[in-house]
Amino acid sequence: MQLSIPRPRLSNFRFDPRWIFLGVPVVVVAYFTVIPIGMLLVGAFKTGDPGVAGEFTFNNLLHAYADPTLYPLLLNSTIYAFGSSLLALVVGTALAWILERTDTPLKSLFYSLTLVPFIIPGVLHTIAWIYLLSPRIGFINRSLVSIFNLASPPFDVFTLGGMVWVEAMHLSPIVFVLMTAAFRSMDPALEEAATTAGANTWTTLRRVTLPLMLPALASVTLIMFIRGLESFEVPALIGLSAPTRIPVFTSRIYLALKGFPPDFGLASAYSLILIGLSVVGIYFYNRALKRSEKYATVSGKAYRPRTIELGKGRYVTMGLFLFYFFLIVGLPFFILLWGSVIPYFTPPALDMLDKLTLDNYAAFNILDCQPGQSFCLRARAAFTNSLMLGIGAATLVMVLTAIISWITVRTNWRGRGLLDLMAFLPITVPGLVMAVSLMWVYLTFRIGVYGTLWILLIAYITRFMPYGIRTTTATMVQIHRELEEAAQVAGASWRHTFLKITLPLLKPGLLAGWVYIVTVSMRELSTSVLLASSQSQVIAVMIFDMIEGGNTPRLAAMSVLFITFLIVLVFGAQKLGGRFGVRD
Amino acid sequence: MLKISDLVKKFVGEKTASVAAVNGISFEVEEGRFFTLLGPSGCGKTTTLRCIAGLERHDEGTIFIGAQVVSSPRDRIFVAPHQRDIGMVFQSYAIWPHMTVFENVAFPLRVGKKHFDARQVKDKVMRALSVVQLDALADRPAPKLSGGQQQRLALARALVGEPKVLLLDEPLSNLDAKLREQMRVELRELQRQLGLTTIYVTHDQSEALAMSNVIAVMNDGKIMQMGHPRDIYLTPANQFVADFIGSTNFIHGTARAGAVETEHGVLQCTVPAGIRAGDAVLVSARPESIIVHLEKPANTQNLFEGQVQLAIFLGEMYDCQIQVGGQLMRARLNPAHRVRRGDNVFLQLPAEYITVLPANG
Repeated sequence: MQLSIPRPRLSNFRFDPRWIFLGVPVVVVAYFTVIPIGMLLVGAFKTGDPGVAGEFTFNNLLHAYADPTLYPLLLNSTIYAFGSSLLALVVGTALAWILERTDTPLKSLFYSLTLVPFIIPGVLHTIAWIYLLSPRIGFINRSLVSIFNLASPPFDVFTLGGMVWVEAMHLSPIVFVLMTAAFRSMDPALEEAATTAGANTWTTLRRVTLPLMLPALASVTLIMFIRGLESFEVPALIGLSAPTRIPVFTSRIYLALKGFPPDFGLASAYSLILIGLSVVGIYFYNRALKRSEKYATVSGKAYRPRTIELGKGRYVTMGLFLFYFFLIVGLPFFILLWGSVIPYFTPPALDMLDKLTLDNYAAFNILDCQPGQSFCLRARAAFTNSLMLGIGAATLVMVLTAIISWITVRTNWRGRGLLDLMAFLPITVPGLVMAVSLMWVYLTFRIGVYGTLWILLIAYITRFMPYGIRTTTATMVQIHRELEEAAQVAGASWRHTFLKITLPLLKPGLLAGWVYIVTVSMRELSTSVLLASSQSQVIAVMIFDMIEGGNTPRLAAMSVLFITFLIVLVFGAQKLGGRFGVRD
Repeated sequence: MLKISDLVKKFVGEKTASVAAVNGISFEVEEGRFFTLLGPSGCGKTTTLRCIAGLERHDEGTIFIGAQVVSSPRDRIFVAPHQRDIGMVFQSYAIWPHMTVFENVAFPLRVGKKHFDARQVKDKVMRALSVVQLDALADRPAPKLSGGQQQRLALARALVGEPKVLLLDEPLSNLDAKLREQMRVELRELQRQLGLTTIYVTHDQSEALAMSNVIAVMNDGKIMQMGHPRDIYLTPANQFVADFIGSTNFIHGTARAGAVETEHGVLQCTVPAGIRAGDAVLVSARPESIIVHLEKPANTQNLFEGQVQLAIFLGEMYDCQIQVGGQLMRARLNPAHRVRRGDNVFLQLPAEYITVLPANG
């Protein structure tokens, strides 16, 4: 006889393994993104420093927002961000239109050259422009004064106008890339219809092309405005060195934390403004993007539009491009190169030619540092740290985001939207604010992370997770679901399908994203500047610190080496990626 | 060889209640037969096919492949797709772009349950490729093939493992018209030679009519009619099938004994069992079975008089629109005759070629 034992009704609750697949990424992503932002919010409404018990208060916000310096701060930030985004927009859009729609010669060369300005770190771009436009030592100023016999230097980089110019030059390549994509996604038949209706090139551009591009233009302006607000290099290196300081939000936060004693409450209060503005901006950006998709001008046909023949004018547009690259790559790189081969800094001049030297590079023989050569040892440590952090962050981000985007693209699990959103959250957090948030976390929970390389690794993973998500999702969407299903039907297990089909198809995209994150991590300054310590130095911060040291030739030599390394890395990876990629 | 009983598959909408994409269908396919699921998009035919492959989990019913139950939610049986003995050709072909032609076809042999050594793999792959005439291109990267070649590659990959059942999901819909007709013949010939049990999904009625042993016409997740192509065409079971397959004229009427009374006159015809005198009915008459007379013939029943509204010369025939009472009817006319707009003609609807259907659909 069988005993019947009453059993609890467990049959409705069945453990589903997908809870692990979904749960682990959710916890990991929440740890990286939600906790720091949460801690920042808490900190902004709390008395006392991180790790110190405090009570709820509005004083931080009152102190920050009732301060009489807020008004000029707001004005400076707005003029700076708006001015630079507008200038970048005009330059970038004009260049994109020329390259996409006219018969300008040397197009393919220009397309590949547009990669270069992305590689040059913002801190070096800024330093180079100081050497070009400083009223005292600026190469451009000196040259113009001597050529035209001017009484005083015509430009001064240490003004709001100078800051706008330098940041606009830095933002313009991004505008160029975004607008090129926008032009490409527009059906050229719409323009051709205008031409056949009797409109000339200029009328077509004015009456058809630009109105259709309006949503794209508006959203790019918005995103550039946010980038301008969040930028750190120009406000810190130019704004704070000006005879009368020109503070904006980011440099104000930096000052609040670098002062003694550091004012965490104030820094957090200002950080909230930046996050708020950026959330609003990104919300409208996404909305504009969705709307433009709804009224899609995209035809899906991949034919090249008829190019406008400029006749002799095409040499003018080619000249414009050459001049543009001369301005944003040629001149800055030249001035750094010049600075690195002279014994003491002076603007380029013929009488210095016989003093050229390679001595400045001798200090960077980091493969063979002698004991006692403290600079060489520090440079080696910084380089090793940056490289390790870059590789580590890129690898972890790509693995994590590949899993996340697989879940969001391929499954219909509940909660996948939340996962995607959480991974995307850091896009709204400016680099400097990320540093403030992480300081709150790891000064409150002292688990041996603060002041080590770990906090930098965590910072980079968090900051670049949105980039990873974007790359992996785009790659995943391109891989037709049927490619995986065909493998299953052919008899491949889940593991085989993943290893032999999904992964190889993802590889080119993953590799591209990986290289991108390695380079942006190595260039990163605005987060690292607050988190790196003397025990965890990285290249970008070391260069930033050297500016105050005054050894300009050595700084220039380091800059040249750094840029060269990054260029070799990116173009090498492209060659390599081309070999692994799917050739179609 | 394949048996489906009472298959139900529901999809949960984002905000709406769940919708049954497949709503209780059953059929059986004998070994070596070519069975087609035909219907408009959204009728559930592809979902049915994906349930057979195991790519979707259905909610109710049972699927047998051979004697084995491969899926039955009630008995908690679900055999994973890679353990079912099937071959499948996808609508997009799903050719793996990172492999060569040879590697694509070899994949099922290399990952499957049975193990083959390198020589066996090579033999089998080359045999499959020569069946589809791609053996000369074995080393080419797969994306470098034309559309028709990719389609044949997908077929070779589905065949190479000698599956029990071959599943084809609109495999010809991405080809241009000429190639499609050619592939239709080749595919059917190949299937016949290999004696493969095949389930074919399409929305193209001429493909279904030309290739199938048995067609199941589907709509709204249900099978509307199942049978030999000829029966489906000539004796549609309901309005949907009559309308979906080919083109037809519907005439409203009332059933009488051995006849239907319409507004244009009485039609002598076979009234199927189940329709009683007095019921409202629809008469379906296909354009090509209507005989057009230019003069009124003597001693002919089922004759309607009408006026030509439109006569389009198509070479092999005239496609005519003829006003009969308040209704426009389509009919075909031999091009040897000449008709003009406004001509009076007589339409003969032979009793053996018209079908009487219940009026409610």
